[in-house]
Amino acid sequence: FVSYSQVRRKFATMPTIAVERDHLMQSIGKDFTDQEFDELCFEFGIELDEVTSEKKMLAKEQGEDKAKGASETVIYKIEVPANRYDLLCAEGLVRTLKVFLGRMEAPHYVVTKSKTPQIVHVKPATKDVRRFVVAGILRNVTFSQSNYKSFIELQEKLHQTIGRRRAIVSMGTHDLDTIEGPFTYDAQPPSQIKFKPLKQHTELSGPEIMDLYSQDSHLRQYVPIIQDKPLYPVIYDRNGVVLSLPPIINGNHSQITLNTKNVFIEVTATDLNKANIVLNSLVTSFSEYCEEPYYVECVEILEVDGSSHICPELNYRHETVQLSEINMRIGIGESAESVAALLTRMCLKSSVTEEGRAIKVEVPPTRPDIIHCCDIIEDAAIAYGFNKIKMTFPNTTTIAKQLAINKLSDQLRNGICAAGFTEVFTFALCSRDDIANKLRGNIDDIPAVHIGNPKSTEFQVVRTTLLPGLLKTIASNKNRPLPLKLFEISDVVLKTSDKAVGATNRRHLGAVFYGKTPCFEVIHSLLHRIMQLLQIPFNRNGAGYVIKSADRPAFFPGRCGEVYVDGRLIGNVGVLHPDVLSAFELNMAVSALEICVETFV
Amino acid sequence: QHVVLILIMATKTEEISQKILSALDSNKETIHSYTFAQETGEDHQLVIGAIKSLQCLGNVIQLEQNQFEKWELTEEGAEIVDKGSHEARVFNAVDAEKGSLQADLMKLPNAKIGFSKAMSAGWLGVDKNAEGGTRVLRKVPSVVDLVQQTLKGLSEKGVDGIAEEQLKDFKKRKLITNVVIKYYDVRKGPEFSVQLCKLETDLTPEMVQSGSWETKRFKPYNFDALGVPVVCGHLHPLMKVRTEIRQIFLEMGFTEMPTNNFIESSFWNFDALFQPQQHPARDCHDTFFISDPMCTLHLPEDYMKLVKRVHENGGDTGSIGYQYDWKEEEARKNLLRTHTTAVSARMLYKLGQEKEFRPVKYFSIDRVFRNEALDATHLAEFHQIEGVVADRNITLGDLMGMLHGFFSKMGIKKLRFKPAYNPYTEPSMEVFSYHEGLKKWVEIGNSGVFRPELLLPMNLPKDVSVIAWGLSLERPTMIKYGIDNIRDLVGHKVDFEMVYSNPICRL
Repeated sequence: FVSYSQVRRKFATMPTIAVERDHLMQSIGKDFTDQEFDELCFEFGIELDEVTSEKKMLAKEQGEDKAKGASETVIYKIEVPANRYDLLCAEGLVRTLKVFLGRMEAPHYVVTKSKTPQIVHVKPATKDVRRFVVAGILRNVTFSQSNYKSFIELQEKLHQTIGRRRAIVSMGTHDLDTIEGPFTYDAQPPSQIKFKPLKQHTELSGPEIMDLYSQDSHLRQYVPIIQDKPLYPVIYDRNGVVLSLPPIINGNHSQITLNTKNVFIEVTATDLNKANIVLNSLVTSFSEYCEEPYYVECVEILEVDGSSHICPELNYRHETVQLSEINMRIGIGESAESVAALLTRMCLKSSVTEEGRAIKVEVPPTRPDIIHCCDIIEDAAIAYGFNKIKMTFPNTTTIAKQLAINKLSDQLRNGICAAGFTEVFTFALCSRDDIANKLRGNIDDIPAVHIGNPKSTEFQVVRTTLLPGLLKTIASNKNRPLPLKLFEISDVVLKTSDKAVGATNRRHLGAVFYGKTPCFEVIHSLLHRIMQLLQIPFNRNGAGYVIKSADRPAFFPGRCGEVYVDGRLIGNVGVLHPDVLSAFELNMAVSALEICVETFV
Repeated sequence: QHVVLILIMATKTEEISQKILSALDSNKETIHSYTFAQETGEDHQLVIGAIKSLQCLGNVIQLEQNQFEKWELTEEGAEIVDKGSHEARVFNAVDAEKGSLQADLMKLPNAKIGFSKAMSAGWLGVDKNAEGGTRVLRKVPSVVDLVQQTLKGLSEKGVDGIAEEQLKDFKKRKLITNVVIKYYDVRKGPEFSVQLCKLETDLTPEMVQSGSWETKRFKPYNFDALGVPVVCGHLHPLMKVRTEIRQIFLEMGFTEMPTNNFIESSFWNFDALFQPQQHPARDCHDTFFISDPMCTLHLPEDYMKLVKRVHENGGDTGSIGYQYDWKEEEARKNLLRTHTTAVSARMLYKLGQEKEFRPVKYFSIDRVFRNEALDATHLAEFHQIEGVVADRNITLGDLMGMLHGFFSKMGIKKLRFKPAYNPYTEPSMEVFSYHEGLKKWVEIGNSGVFRPELLLPMNLPKDVSVIAWGLSLERPTMIKYGIDNIRDLVGHKVDFEMVYSNPICRL
């Protein structure tokens, strides 16, 4: 729930597509100012991220000089939601916005079957490497410079998003007139595969191709997906021409050009649902350039077990949603007709049913994001306009309650602050050295939670003690007027078998005194003050608190005490060992206190 | 040391004050502070200090501020008085018999200007063909250093008798400079008294008891001084804002969730929230996975089966699910929670297990962790603020009203909502507020209605809706206190001056 602009998350960042403004306006058939278009995006739930041009982008990346002569055509960079694969190209975006603005009806996509359909034979060996393949054909396509570019870019976007950088899904598009079906989807030992990859002049074997592309700035990221597999997936035509080596590269032979008329699309994947989504996105977005727009020719897949199915299916699913449900969930009171009209504007063709009590909604193959009625309800709300919905306040009456440990922590924080100590706030993650070596301890003896994939030593473990953070804070403030009196009340994490996850948080209280002399009496009296606040008397025998002399590696010999409350050990107090001081780059003595406050809740 | 110095100064001021009063008393009508300082050999500033202290006594003296201009030697001028003019110093350095190498002479301070002056005065000559390089020879046996003499006279007796041309030349050579001297003309005031009355600094217990304060005169206070810094403890700025936001939730009747569990299973962090196992968020590039303890051993078996079904095909929720094979081992992987919504999931599950549904309002403010690139506004750990309301028939309009109520308590009134995408909420809305400073709408939070695929497996009734919203704690704190770099706010590198001078948090 943490919003994107506040905390960037790579994975949550919405995909961005670049569209020429003039082309976009022309296609929509309406002129918008930048601001008007921005408003439209806001209303629809996409974002006009940047108004730029090739020249501006080049200037930004490589400097003004390089940008000289580049195109100044205005480009809109538009962010779209991560689950809307139908908006990943200009064609899809234009279509969706036109329908939203009521300037066209959503197209109906039709699957045609040729008398002699193209066939893809799936071989058993593909099972362990990349088990799914689907395919489709676009007939009599007219490519232009711009829609050709858009076609290539959409494939790249699909590879990056739903394809998870080709690991889950990858696709290849081919000039069908250069190849001949039936096709075979097989997996073979790398050395047996030999073909001329896209834009190469010589035939290369599987291993040679991997060598070549592991140096390629763009393709090297995909090489590890199959490099070490015993068999590589490969698609052949009837004459043994290699169409592609998924997910790395297509063959040069069947590459599409501006003059290509008939396009054969193959999609291979480890997830069939995602493969179908990708195939559907490609064929629905670009079938508008076919001689017969929105018609897609299907391909027959012959599976290993002898079964066969055709693809793409371009299924239209029907959902019936109760009107009362829609009105109730959103908080509006629209008629069935009005709601059906709203949904139709969202490319969800809808009609009134059950005598006006329900809406029948047709979910097109372009909308795989609609998986539940709630998705339909959201679309109704978007079409209605989020900001037109009347704000109300739920009638939910509840009595507030604080979490006991947090309430106690706050009370102690105020008490310690009033005693003249300054609160610090330090990180929960730190290095192994911080909690072990630097405190004269051994990491193997510490029940710390270890992070498996830290990007730096700062994030190796979750802290088991507050001391390192307090000492590091002193180190970066040692030029301040002395003494420094600091404290922190925060969680540490310890491994434990009591909890299902195997680890537990512990609320600790840490305090340090840094000055010319250790002034242990200051920390000692702080401990007493804390006990006073908690109504725990000093009592050498029986109920109350007591400090017993102890020997702990982090403390100066003979200057360390263990703090017991009602006979239970809750922490230590004392003067830190000089080796600890130098490990944290401190040049004066520190007296310190650290106790667990969970027992006081 | 400071105190001792102040005491010495005070005694000195008193001494001079007494001298001034005595002088005025002995029939001197007006005292010119500058002349007085010269005559008595005191520093002029000290004399002025004494005059001001007398002024503080009331009408003892009358003052009139005046000024005059005066020529003073510059540093260079003073050096000439001390060591001779540049030309004389060059002349004196030349060997009377054999002359000296020009190169050696040029090493003297200000040799270039001294040499050219001495040449044009006809004191020196040059032999360019001498052996070992150009030699400088004396053309006169001795010289009179008029420049030094004139400057010396000027510094001792003033400008009288010095030609205007000469002054101009000295000024051009930056040997003298014109200064403005501010001074006071001091006369007797109506309450003049030669006896200096000693002012009391403090009201003592004796004065209070004896009543002697009535006859004493007290030194006035300097209200421009800021006083002695208060020695005290300070709370951390981020925690102050946390306290306020916590207070807002409490005022709105929200119950605090137990978020004190940084280590979480993928199950509660992702799967229970209907986040598919192939979602990019579950990539090791974005999330900190735990190598020890690596897995969660116990998960609620029955619930886990329902979650598996809902991911795979929607189960009985009316959803078609994500259509993939859900794997238990993936769900057992431990991680540092990426959001506190993992705890919300646990709480809602618990609620679903209760005998009868009851409406709840929950909140939390606690740490979350992200394994991503760090910069001036992003750290690997930060705080998430989260609010959750579960009740029957809650609407999207209710969510908007709730957000409005929450944010207006933070002082944010103008809100606008944008459709957004979030794997576990539908509808989802980004919350924008109008920023008066930036004159534009800025995103301040994220919100939504939890998906039925998430709620129904938890055994919550069908008509129960759960609305929720979230934002970070650090960002509003940085904006509130004008902090650009997050490391200046949190962590061990924080500057204590910021902490010490930080105001209370008033949202």
